[in-house]
Amino acid sequence: MNPAPATGASLGLLACRSCGLLSRPAPRSHEAGCPRCGAHLHFRKPGSIPRTWALLITAGILYIPANLLPMMHTSSLFDRQSDTIMSGVVYFWTSGSWYLALIIFIASIMVPAFKMIALALLLVTVQSHSRWQQDQRARLYRLVEFVGRWSMLDIYVVAVVVALVQLQGLATIQPGPGAVAFGAVVVLTMFAAMTFDPRLIWDPVEKKHG
Amino acid sequence: VTTNAPLIACHECDLLQREVQLPRGAIARCGRCGAELYRSHPDSLERALALTAGAIVLFAIANVFPIVGLEHQGQLVQTSLFHTVQVLYDKDMKPVAALVFATTMLMPALELLAMAWLLLPLRLGRVPPRFALVFRVLQAVRPWGMVEVFMLGVLVSMVKLANLAALVPGIALWSFGVLMVLMAAAAAVFDPRELWARMSVVR
Repeated sequence: MNPAPATGASLGLLACRSCGLLSRPAPRSHEAGCPRCGAHLHFRKPGSIPRTWALLITAGILYIPANLLPMMHTSSLFDRQSDTIMSGVVYFWTSGSWYLALIIFIASIMVPAFKMIALALLLVTVQSHSRWQQDQRARLYRLVEFVGRWSMLDIYVVAVVVALVQLQGLATIQPGPGAVAFGAVVVLTMFAAMTFDPRLIWDPVEKKHG
Repeated sequence: VTTNAPLIACHECDLLQREVQLPRGAIARCGRCGAELYRSHPDSLERALALTAGAIVLFAIANVFPIVGLEHQGQLVQTSLFHTVQVLYDKDMKPVAALVFATTMLMPALELLAMAWLLLPLRLGRVPPRFALVFRVLQAVRPWGMVEVFMLGVLVSMVKLANLAALVPGIALWSFGVLMVLMAAAAAVFDPRELWARMSVVR
């Protein structure tokens, strides 16, 4: 077995999250600022695990109204109807635009659920100091960071459709409360991915050797 | 380890490694977790500046002109980005209006301005004022600009409305398409390492 790999933290070096510079903190100082760009420096993001859990649980609770409450209310001369995310997917599926149904289903339903499950898995394994599949978990984190923004898709669809469908005698579309809950889920899961510190995945390596 | 190459820590696993010279266009990845550490782009600052300048022009057009219109029995309803935000605001969807405004207008505008603020003076051999602050703002703002997601949202909306009435694509639609590509390219060639290296030369 190789000796424990040298990390910044193991040698007392702080890496700046903003500009990447490595620096040695002044002795007995708690608050350190990057000597180059002035950003706050920490060996690991402070309170990463409880903060990520808090954001994640809030997002998980809001995921329920986001899916159950209507995103849009359509009213025309003949009828009124309310659309949730899922009924929008079903509409596209039955009207023959299966590729759009797929895009919306993936971006609005699968991606937020995937993000929350993946972050929960990362948190649980980090909390139990697991050394299981560290490179795969690092990859999972990168995927979570990459896909998060695409969930905003449905918010933009609501915004554009509502702004356009204001035709007298044809139809009007009003945004529904589901849009607020859904927007909150997207923002909260993005913050959760940002507060999670992926370096925690690798810390058990040194603990074992040290 | 006996080289004098600068030491860097992987931002995703904290492993210390030596920075090496890369061939053109190559990407350096962390030896342990595989995260991208840095990449080599020849003339990265010049290219980033050129792409940013183009993106600023397109951003202005994309914000001012209508994105798409809907025509029905002689009525034409057109929407620009700001109008979309306004309608959401008026319909008592203030949080959603704020979210759309922030992610499609405010954050991309800050990103483009910060890039120009840092790159233009450096190109002219001067030190940009408040360099470190603007650099940190740029890094903080970047994840929240979602021009490319908005573009996809517009396309989905157009398909959704296609059988309701006639669609009239606006100038801003095309601007958004190109803006999306330029902003992604500018962010990809932007190299913070070269930025700080150039800074120390100028200073």
